[in-house]
Amino acid sequence: MEKTSDAIVAVGSVGKQKSAIRSKKSGFTNVTERIMKYIFTVCGITAVACVLMITIYMIISGAPAIGKIGITDFLFGDTWYAKKEQFGILPLILTSIFGTLGAIVIGVPIGLLTAVFLSELAPKALKNIVKPAVELLAGIPSVIYGLLGANLVKPLMYGLEEIIYANDPTHQFTGGANLASAIVVLAIMILPTIINISENAISAVPSEYREASYGLGATKIQTIFKVVIPAAKSGIASGVVLGVGRAIGEAMAIILVAGNSANMPELFSSVKFLTTGIVAEFPYSSGLHREALFAIGLVLFVFIMIINLILNGILKKGGKKEKTAKTAGKA
Amino acid sequence: MSDIIVPQSDVKLCTRNVNLYYGENHALKDINLDIKTNKITAFIGPSGCGKSTYLKSLNRMNDLVPDCKITGQFLLDGEDIYADGVDTNVLRRRIGMVFQKPNPFPMSIYDNIAYGPRVHGIKSKAKLDRIVEESLIGAAVFDEVKDRLHKSALSLSGGQQQRICIARAIAVQPEVILMDEPTSALDPVSTLKIEELMNTLKEKYTVAIVTHNMQQATRISDFTAFFLVGEMVEYAPTDELFSRPKDKRTEDYITGRFG
Amino acid sequence: MAKTTAKEVTNSLTRKRRRVSDIMLKVLIFLSSGIVVALTLGMIIYIVIKGTEGMSWNFLSTPAFSYPYENYGVLGNIINTFYLVLITLVVATPIGVGAAIYLTEYAKQGKLTRIIEFTTETLAGIPSIIYGLFGSVFFYNIFKVNYSLLTGALTLSIMVLPTIIRTTQEAIKTVPMGYREGSIGLGAPKWHMIRTVVLPSCIDGILTSVILSIGRIVGESAALIFTAGIAAEVGINSICDIFGKVMNQGGSLTVQLYQYAQRGGAEMKYAFSTALVLLVTVLIINICAKLVAYRIRRKRSV
Repeated sequence: MEKTSDAIVAVGSVGKQKSAIRSKKSGFTNVTERIMKYIFTVCGITAVACVLMITIYMIISGAPAIGKIGITDFLFGDTWYAKKEQFGILPLILTSIFGTLGAIVIGVPIGLLTAVFLSELAPKALKNIVKPAVELLAGIPSVIYGLLGANLVKPLMYGLEEIIYANDPTHQFTGGANLASAIVVLAIMILPTIINISENAISAVPSEYREASYGLGATKIQTIFKVVIPAAKSGIASGVVLGVGRAIGEAMAIILVAGNSANMPELFSSVKFLTTGIVAEFPYSSGLHREALFAIGLVLFVFIMIINLILNGILKKGGKKEKTAKTAGKA
Repeated sequence: MSDIIVPQSDVKLCTRNVNLYYGENHALKDINLDIKTNKITAFIGPSGCGKSTYLKSLNRMNDLVPDCKITGQFLLDGEDIYADGVDTNVLRRRIGMVFQKPNPFPMSIYDNIAYGPRVHGIKSKAKLDRIVEESLIGAAVFDEVKDRLHKSALSLSGGQQQRICIARAIAVQPEVILMDEPTSALDPVSTLKIEELMNTLKEKYTVAIVTHNMQQATRISDFTAFFLVGEMVEYAPTDELFSRPKDKRTEDYITGRFG
Repeated sequence: MAKTTAKEVTNSLTRKRRRVSDIMLKVLIFLSSGIVVALTLGMIIYIVIKGTEGMSWNFLSTPAFSYPYENYGVLGNIINTFYLVLITLVVATPIGVGAAIYLTEYAKQGKLTRIIEFTTETLAGIPSIIYGLFGSVFFYNIFKVNYSLLTGALTLSIMVLPTIIRTTQEAIKTVPMGYREGSIGLGAPKWHMIRTVVLPSCIDGILTSVILSIGRIVGESAALIFTAGIAAEVGINSICDIFGKVMNQGGSLTVQLYQYAQRGGAEMKYAFSTALVLLVTVLIINICAKLVAYRIRRKRSV
């Protein structure tokens, strides 16, 4: 109501000026119009400029180290030991990949099922509990995840480690600061992303599909798992990809739980991620060491750009499919 | 003991004193109607007069609508379909449904048809292959799609999609098929094909169809019921209802004075 | 009755079949949702319990320092965080809203629009640690200082840009075409139409984007360690300092939390107290976002 009256007032005031503008084509208005258009265009291009600058700067500051170390020695070298100027980041790359995969394997099923609960099954009262919980989970800063991981997940994983390796004298105990702990923390962190995007995708599935399924005698659960989720799969996939992006780029939540030694990834060994390597060593690094950290940043950046392209591909494909579905339905 | 109903042997679905409310809205008022076995029964009337609502209450699709209250008796072969403990999934398998807008699932033609049988536990590939072929033949669409069974059903034309939906409905071997304005979204040629199909369908199934189109009702149906603002005004063999309507309102409607 | 064939059993309306897989999946669905709620509740309760231990008026009203005696506080960090929020919003909001207006009102559907939308998506996907690295080099080249609140805030401005652009864009898109046509049809020039019709009706959307951005800024840490630094003092002794402070380094609440947590031991409880302060802030932000969303919905439904 308020809005309409606003608009009417606005339109009314425009009406009063109409004749003045028409008759004079006042130069002042024209100049303002042109300046404003110019300003808005500049604002619009800012995002493009930022991405360009970030790309250029990441390459400028990351490439030299790769040149000095040698691209194969850098990417495929299995030893990262800054004091001896050994800068092989294979362990870091593999840790980031396995850590992310682990988080996805745990986080996606829980997230997807919760999304199903929210959009298909939850009675209103329960939805009003779960939904705010997810929103809050999304808003909690990553350092807090790190803090809680260090206090709660680490001891838990240490307990597990002690049980598993009780009879293995060669195992180096990590005290819980290991890949497994990092995976648990990451899995929890990506939950809100997976839940929100999947929920949107599932809610967007046309109700006709559900009706048709019920009409054939399918149960609610059969309908959800055989029709609704397959129909929402491109949306769910983009949620998973976004989750991957979030997990692979996360630093502060896992730096306190991963252990920070550049070992090859194993569930119960102390590990260094691409991200945690940068955060942990940046403050005291200098020279080639610092350059190498920027090079790690560049590698991470390339990973993220690849993920972005995949996401873009999924979204485009999904959009096209929806369009054909719509037009076919109209025909 | 006058309210014990003894259905006649040729009645598939027998409904008595049906009242339906959407919240405060009294959408169906005291409907009494028998749908006969292996016949096509058409429901005609202006929009929003309860035809679709009545149709959907026959396989309990209205259960999905919150705030919907139904009273009265619905008997399928003498068995109360709203009784406690009725498995709506079995009911909906026995009473299938085809919707107004063609709504094939976004999957292959084959998977669309096999969906129902799979849901009801058929896993054997050979059996499914046979069901898919028979259903597509039964819905008169097999020749058009036999070379692309594994292509998306959404790539078909609207008329083909609707026949896929009919094939999907008969794949679970229902006894009754409910059709909710199945041709209203289609072009005349597709409509004709589906009307022809319906004539063959009634040999095996009992069909109930909601239609806006009176000509369609006269062309295909054996019985017609005329609905007006939630009431069933008149129900008779189709030629009788259209040639000698007993009720003034029916006459006004079929002669085009309103609606 | 005793002799029932298979066909009759499956056709019987009243004989409900129990589908084991249905029940199992249902249990899993409820379990997953339960886990999510339990995690959130557990985290909040744990932080509240652990955080109250080190919480005191002294903790909130004094900065952290180690000389001449040890003191644990977060006043300096609260002020730094406030600076970061303020500067970032002042820089990013006009640019973000402007970009959204450009995309919805000026740009023709074409290559440039697609590039802008793609880069906005890209910005949203870049991890904060990359922003940190970039900001530390890029703004060092401009300001020639290693760490400063301004550097941190400018870095964050780029980071929150996608949030502001997208949220504002969504809000502008919901302004009915009729409003615009009403104005344009009367011969009003575009900017006039935007100022009088479009902006007033999407002000709540812009507010939402600002609130979401505040949430991101307050919670950010990785992008700030290398740009805004870790200093914990208040650093305001005269009026000049109010403005001069922006060129000094200053650690946010999250960075201070990390410091406390990293040192561990006795300082762990102060890490939790800092977490409690952050948590309360996040809760307030969430509630504000809810209130604005509620306002928008009520307006739309009327």
